Amino acid sequence: MTTKATTPPEGAAIVASDLVVTFGDTMAVNKVSLSVEPGEVVALLGPNGAGKTSTLRCLEGYLSPTSGFVRVLGLDPVAEHRAVVEKMGCMLQGGGIYPSMRVRETLNLFAAYYPNPRDPGELSTLLGLSHLAKTTWRRLSGGEQQRLSLALALIGRPSVLFLDEPTAGVDPEGRLVIRDVVASLKDEGAAIVLTSHELSEVDAVADRLVFLAQGAVLASGTRASLTASLESGSTFESRPGLDLEALSLALESQVSESRPGHYALTGSLSGGEIEKLVTALATQGGTLEAFAASSGLEDLYHALYANHPAEERVPSSRRRRR
Amino acid sequence: MKALLAQIRVELALALRKGETLLLTIGIPVMFLCFFSAVSVVHSPTPKRVDFLFPGILALSVMSTAMVSLSISTGFERGYGVLVRLYATPLGRGRLLAAKVVTIAVVELLQVGVLGLTAVLLGYHLPHGTSPSNLLVVAALVILATLGFAGIGLITAGRLKPEVNLAAANGLYLVLLLISGMVIPLSSLGSFASVSRLLPSTALAEGLHSVMSFGTPVGASTWIVLIVWGIVAPGLASRLFLFE
Repeated sequence: MTTKATTPPEGAAIVASDLVVTFGDTMAVNKVSLSVEPGEVVALLGPNGAGKTSTLRCLEGYLSPTSGFVRVLGLDPVAEHRAVVEKMGCMLQGGGIYPSMRVRETLNLFAAYYPNPRDPGELSTLLGLSHLAKTTWRRLSGGEQQRLSLALALIGRPSVLFLDEPTAGVDPEGRLVIRDVVASLKDEGAAIVLTSHELSEVDAVADRLVFLAQGAVLASGTRASLTASLESGSTFESRPGLDLEALSLALESQVSESRPGHYALTGSLSGGEIEKLVTALATQGGTLEAFAASSGLEDLYHALYANHPAEERVPSSRRRRR
Repeated sequence: MKALLAQIRVELALALRKGETLLLTIGIPVMFLCFFSAVSVVHSPTPKRVDFLFPGILALSVMSTAMVSLSISTGFERGYGVLVRLYATPLGRGRLLAAKVVTIAVVELLQVGVLGLTAVLLGYHLPHGTSPSNLLVVAALVILATLGFAGIGLITAGRLKPEVNLAAANGLYLVLLLISGMVIPLSSLGSFASVSRLLPSTALAEGLHSVMSFGTPVGASTWIVLIVWGIVAPGLASRLFLFE
């Protein structure tokens, strides 16, 4: 696992170099460097307040960096915003759609903004929105709103795509749709940056991962390179403060508490061993509340953030843009 | 041009689709015109009450569209994140602003048509000797006042929370309705009238009354007040407006 100081590579669609963003005394982004090639998906990961959205907002041109360098398709996303937005698709947290506008009406409007848009009907079908054509934004479910937001991000045939929490609140079926769409855009050569807390989704679509903490890059690389040093394992939940030494002894496996009530153990457990876990927990007055074989990425996440408690978010009033 | 036309179409549809907007911009002015023309609540300086009321209510309508309605809708668009979302598209500020201006103009034309027809049905007549050039004066007064009102509306929309802005815009509407000589003649306000004359709403109402009620020229002070508000308010709005 290594931190990465990126030298902007030739042909990168998105480049950030030593990016710094401060809001008053708060440093939201601290010397972040990253690059995204055409046809590549990079995920920004980290707890709330880690600097994911601030980084994304700089790349999108919403925020001017305090210092550092950002280029999207070779252009400055703030100074050359008009040229950038024709090639850029953005999916923001929280929609940003007129609540009383209907789905098809919204797609038609956004299609009119671009010189060579995708067909709104075809996009509706692709994202499973056809049957909602006459439904207003405010009547859509959270997952349907996310799909419409994604459709709007795609309608201008973007070469670069920024997706802020694309699967938040989306049902499993919707997640599959979004996953397929992201994969097909990647195949078409789009450079994609996304943020997410859904590690399984990130695992499915991202080529490279950038872990942020307190605004800085904590680690970055491919999933394989980052998880190589981690043994496979499992996670479970029970009451906080269990005797880890006794548990490790009972299970013949190293048990650690990543967060209060959230435990990780090395090695995978068979059915019989899970019973042993239940018994060991019972002896300490605990019950097995959740159990999962490790995804690797989740272990990595918890290992990286074990020493980084939940971070302070920058109040929205200090992030406002004129 | 395709983007601008699409945006105008949507802005108009959203404005005319909302019942509360129609009530504010057309319903209330028509009701006021009918009610105050029929009932002698306030002293009218013209023999027929409608001859005084129509220009004042027209001024009220312009204020309701250019300031209150624009402010409330823009405030909520800001609150819902629509403006931020549009920033990430090629629409651009210029075309968004142009679409809003055209929408205001169309709604104002609609108001003039509906209120004008209502006033004529109530017995309104232009003053004797009114020439077509007077209509240009009316148009100029309305355009200048619209700029000033829009600036005020956008300042509050761009600074306050949507719900607070909603209350502020409606409150301002009521206060200006009462103190601007639109329905209640300025002569009834006593010494406060001189302060009131510094307001764009009062200047518009006085200007329209001059042309449409009394057939007299618009005073220089009226033009100066409207020009100053028409320049200063939009200028301040462009400096103070926050997109999120």
